[in-house]
Amino acid sequence: MNVYLLLFYEFFKTGLFAVGGGLATLPFLYEIAAKYAWFTASRIPDMLAISESTPGPLGINMATFAGYNAAGIPGSVVATVALSAPSVIIIVLIARFLNKYKDNFYVDSVFYGLRPAVCAMISSAALEIFRITLVHTDKFGNLAQFFDFRAILFFAAILILMYKFKLHPIFYLAGAAALGIIFRF
Amino acid sequence: MKDLLTLFTVFFRISLFTFGGGYTMLPLLEKEICEDLNWADKSEIIDYFAVSQCVPGVIAINVASFIGYKRKGLAGAVAAAVGVASPAFIAIVLIAALFTNFSDNAVVRHAFSGIRVAVCALLAKAVADFYKAGVRDLFGLFLFLASLVLSVFFSVSPVIPVLAAGLAGVLYKTVRRANK
Repeated sequence: MNVYLLLFYEFFKTGLFAVGGGLATLPFLYEIAAKYAWFTASRIPDMLAISESTPGPLGINMATFAGYNAAGIPGSVVATVALSAPSVIIIVLIARFLNKYKDNFYVDSVFYGLRPAVCAMISSAALEIFRITLVHTDKFGNLAQFFDFRAILFFAAILILMYKFKLHPIFYLAGAAALGIIFRF
Repeated sequence: MKDLLTLFTVFFRISLFTFGGGYTMLPLLEKEICEDLNWADKSEIIDYFAVSQCVPGVIAINVASFIGYKRKGLAGAVAAAVGVASPAFIAIVLIAALFTNFSDNAVVRHAFSGIRVAVCALLAKAVADFYKAGVRDLFGLFLFLASLVLSVFFSVSPVIPVLAAGLAGVLYKTVRRANK
């Protein structure tokens, strides 16, 4: 079969069945790696690392990378569109339904319950990023080495600035990148 | 047409400064969508994340499609989704074509270590703001803590606590209505 059709088929399938965001696409990527010569399974951790340090959602990064390896820029366009299409279709259908039933007792009650759980998921994602960035979990026994004091100090300084001056997040991200380079984080 | 272009550029910008998974876009959504443009309030954003977590697809694309649809229907959803996907696409194509050793570069590594600390601070504030919008009573606090424990200590898939909490919400409200 044509490589573009195959790319479309595989990434549309990934977009349609990967529930729960970027990391949920991983099992699909391993399956694709095993089936096609587009990239090897050993490249997937590298792709993850690159995704973490580039703009945009993880899943899109992965699809673009795989598509590019398979068939250059046209391949990456096909893979990205295929991955995103199910999202847009499903959300438009749900949004239509929700608009119609937003005052319904049951829809309202479901969201009443969902909101605290989503806040917990957001907190959990934040804790995971704190863990990676602000502490050294491999030095758990030694308190002096467990905390990354320089990072924590920097974290606290940014937080204070944020509450004091309500600037756009981009300002803090750019400033942090510059300081990271200057102080060799 | 102008509205669609705005949707595209707003989501292009949000995505350009989102490093990592779906939730790291939260501080930017809060600033751009809730505070600057007033396109949705915080509890709507939470609702969008709630649905996005439970249905297939890339979370950032799902959330963008919701907001795009609310503004301009199907065309709006597509414009917002393309806006979110584009920076990711461009960045990866550039890296794949030109800088194959991008993440091994020392300057890039230091810059991103700095950025990660800023992402922590941005997320800390966003978590606090969204908590205030999402947890409004004792039963909400209970659902929040239960979901947090499940997710942090038992690393279950986020889909499970979210669906269970939705069900709990219906049961709780039904019982309360019956007792009135």
